[in-house]
Amino acid sequence: MTVVTVLYYVLVAFISVILAVNLLRSRKWERDVLYVLVLIPFLLRLLRLK
Amino acid sequence: MTGRLLAQKIVIVGLGVALLATSGASFYSSRRLKEPVVLGPGVTSVKTLATYFDPLRGTANDCNIYFLEGKEPGATMLVLGGSHPEEPAGRLVAWILAENAVVQKGRLIVVASTNRSATTVTRLGGAYPPDFSIDTAWGSRTFRMGDRWTNPLDQWPDPEVYFHYPSGQQLAYVDIRNVNRAWPGRPNGTLTEQTAYAFMELIKREKVDIAIDLHEAELQYPVISTIVTHQRGQDMATMVSMTLTDMEGFKIGTEFSPRTLHGLSHREIGDHSQAVSLLFEAPEPFLDATRGITSREQLLTGKDEFVVKAGQHGLLFEKIDEKGWPINVRVGRHTSTLLQVAETWGEDHPDKRLVMTGVPRYKEVIEKGVGHYLHDPAKAAGRVVFE
Repeated sequence: MTVVTVLYYVLVAFISVILAVNLLRSRKWERDVLYVLVLIPFLLRLLRLK
Repeated sequence: MTGRLLAQKIVIVGLGVALLATSGASFYSSRRLKEPVVLGPGVTSVKTLATYFDPLRGTANDCNIYFLEGKEPGATMLVLGGSHPEEPAGRLVAWILAENAVVQKGRLIVVASTNRSATTVTRLGGAYPPDFSIDTAWGSRTFRMGDRWTNPLDQWPDPEVYFHYPSGQQLAYVDIRNVNRAWPGRPNGTLTEQTAYAFMELIKREKVDIAIDLHEAELQYPVISTIVTHQRGQDMATMVSMTLTDMEGFKIGTEFSPRTLHGLSHREIGDHSQAVSLLFEAPEPFLDATRGITSREQLLTGKDEFVVKAGQHGLLFEKIDEKGWPINVRVGRHTSTLLQVAETWGEDHPDKRLVMTGVPRYKEVIEKGVGHYLHDPAKAAGRVVFE
């Protein structure tokens, strides 16, 4: 695995954490749905499922 | 956080997890779907590509190589299916050869997954089906759908610009993962370049005389229903084209490989080895940009009203009507063309022929269907390997 690839996964993990934190903080169900939908492809990337 | 808010989040996250699990399971099983090959009576040995370039051992592209050796010496033909796995006729021809062909004179080397990594992914954002099945008398066989390019899980990232080695020609960035833009490859390159390099080593060490790369093309692409040939194969390809068009019931043309277009098998194999390199193209409406629903049915029937409409507007380089371009027709074109290449080669090299039986020609494939030539793995204990 190249350094660029490792950095890529670190970036994906970082954004996933931000999305998860925002999901916990949000108070509207529409936003919750949005965060969950956006989070799914990031988690699939982290799991190396494509 | 109130109890109601918490419940709301639990429900939404639960739905998200369900979506993640179903899509993840689909991707996971698609990448790992096992495709059985029932070794036919003609298969004398099976090697893997790493035999010719050890660094590929254990990688996604350490594909199977099927050897069918005749009792008498003769020419060696290499048949490459799956350079672009989303063009399934080529892979299915490889299956038919491995499960049915018997060589009397010469040697046949068959590859079903030239870019095996590309068989484990579908076009990103393309809504491709993950797999497709061919019906047989005993059940059905399921194959990975595949893509044109190496799976990004196996080779990443792509550069801004792809400079082909060794020509230095600038190609589309994404084609750094296209094995048919990576020939002749290099040992210290990307996985795709190493794959092409390994095949070049195979071609040289096994003294391949004829290398055939099986493809399919969209009807909006001008290089279609044709044999693309290196200059050393021009006479043979032209004779094959004329014979098939006259005798076999389908039209096939001849294109000469441009000398300044690099990375393609029909150019580089011929330039960098003793082999005559040919590339066959059959029509595949599934690949057309104007297609309708990208479904398994469309892939196998080749029927698409939108592509027909494009044809009515003069936008295509091949005819299409409501009958479409069924997979049996596309596979039959390839089998007849490669059999005709063997015959024509033999007429030019009577002391070095390639003679084989058990391979159906065009009309036979259409009449009996591809599934007729796929055998039941359950009844072939000890003779089954997996792609």
